[in-house]
Amino acid sequence: MSDLMKVSSNPHIRAKSSTSSIMMTVVIALLPAAGFGIYNFGLDALILILVTVLSTVLTEYIFEKILGKKVTIGDYSAVVTGLLLALNLPVSAPWWIGVIGGVFAILVVKMLFGGLGQNFMNPALGARCFLLISFTSIMTNFDCDAYTGATPLAALKNGEAVNIFDMVVGRTAGTIGETSMVAIVIGACILIMAGVIDLRIPGSYIVSFVIFVALFGGRGFDYAYLSAHLAGGGLMLGAFFMATDYVTRPITVKGQYVYGILLGILTGIFRIFGPSSEGVSYAIILGNLLVPLIEKATLPTAFGKGGAKA
Amino acid sequence: MNDIKERLVNGLIKENPTFVLMLGMCPTLAVTTSAMNGLGMGLTTMVVLALSNAFISLLRNIIPDKVRIPAFIVIIASFVTIVELLLEGFIPSLYDALGIYIPLIVVNCIILGRAESYASKNPVIPSLFDGIGMGLGFSFALTCIGAVRELIGAGTLFGLHIMPESYIPCTIFIMAPGAFFVLAMLTAIQNKIKLIGEKKGKDMSKIQSGCGNDCLNCSDSGCTKRFYDEKAQEPKTRRIKGEEEKEHA
Repeated sequence: MSDLMKVSSNPHIRAKSSTSSIMMTVVIALLPAAGFGIYNFGLDALILILVTVLSTVLTEYIFEKILGKKVTIGDYSAVVTGLLLALNLPVSAPWWIGVIGGVFAILVVKMLFGGLGQNFMNPALGARCFLLISFTSIMTNFDCDAYTGATPLAALKNGEAVNIFDMVVGRTAGTIGETSMVAIVIGACILIMAGVIDLRIPGSYIVSFVIFVALFGGRGFDYAYLSAHLAGGGLMLGAFFMATDYVTRPITVKGQYVYGILLGILTGIFRIFGPSSEGVSYAIILGNLLVPLIEKATLPTAFGKGGAKA
Repeated sequence: MNDIKERLVNGLIKENPTFVLMLGMCPTLAVTTSAMNGLGMGLTTMVVLALSNAFISLLRNIIPDKVRIPAFIVIIASFVTIVELLLEGFIPSLYDALGIYIPLIVVNCIILGRAESYASKNPVIPSLFDGIGMGLGFSFALTCIGAVRELIGAGTLFGLHIMPESYIPCTIFIMAPGAFFVLAMLTAIQNKIKLIGEKKGKDMSKIQSGCGNDCLNCSDSGCTKRFYDEKAQEPKTRRIKGEEEKEHA
């Protein structure tokens, strides 16, 4: 009888994963996209990524030091935020865009609302939309050494032909991390195999988006048009890395499907009927705001409650 | 004379309608895209506020209690119409910039609030200066918000270029979200000043965000520090109805 019976309150089964291990997995999963971005856009992309990540981490550290709170940069969530934000910036953006975005993401969207787990909106996307509204000309300038001209989505919106193979591989204009569908899907596979995310939100998001585009895009089930919409812009990055953010997605299973479908429809509306060619960021932050309502509406019935009234 | 000074200080600082009472949020957020617009809106409101306060105070013994709100609104609306026509005639640029928010001064809850909680119970001269004090406080707050938004969002101040040529304006600050950012930050600074004051042992109880110590018109039934400013407002009867006109504008 060497094993003592332990008496303790629940939970009795604990997973080994922790916040830092999950966040580290996300960072690793983002590396293919980041690596391809650096390969594609050159050293400027690397510098921008480093500056942005540094600014998010430093902001979190300084804020917590000033307020005398426990320093939480060890959980790597600030690194994920910074990396995601950098992948959402065009390579031509000056370094201070990354700094302003990083400070806004951590300070305003995350820390002022109570830190990790309390933020009502994805910090990286909140910062991206802040930058997009504030510095529209910088944030939509995708001209760089490698590519000039419009992004594939903008070309698509203007009715021009696009090369789908280039879009899937990532040899197009766009933000640093969004261009390569292949790299993002590799990262997504890492996340799914590590059990960090499941397919509920990305799956329902992408499927509902495809259906919406097929119905309202004006081209019907045009294979080339649909795949261009799927491979273009930030849809893949948004669906796998941002919509699945633990803090800002619904907890309930049913709610996650509702959330995914909502995002798909919103993205479709923004892309097809909106003035801009891209709408993933706005769709996701709008979805984030609706999460509390979705959770309330899809609360599962507790065991023993509900059912037919006697 | 002391009364007058007290009323002015009260409106400007102690019960600043924007930063302390959090009243009149609609014009505060909507028209403060530049310092000039903020100042213009504040002064326009001040004129209406002072005149309507004086008139309501004059008529306070004639207006029947049951129809006092419609009566107040009629008086306020008359002055707003006068001011609107004057602005249209003499300062058309400001008239264009403020647009729909000039007629909306009618439903500005600062004006109705002062009519209800001060002018309808006090003599003419203090009421007039209560209106001027509140109006000055409102103008001050709106100009502050407008100045910060204009400086960050356009790099100018009262139309003059302040920031260096290379400064790229952060456009979001002259759009709706910027109003919320700036208002929140300025209110936070005001709260911080209050905290520092309390640490130094000053009595800051009268300067409190969200509570104007106007218990007559307060809907917070769970409030523990019911406070009646005997000097300013002798409560005749506690009006339960006071809740409904609290925040409508």
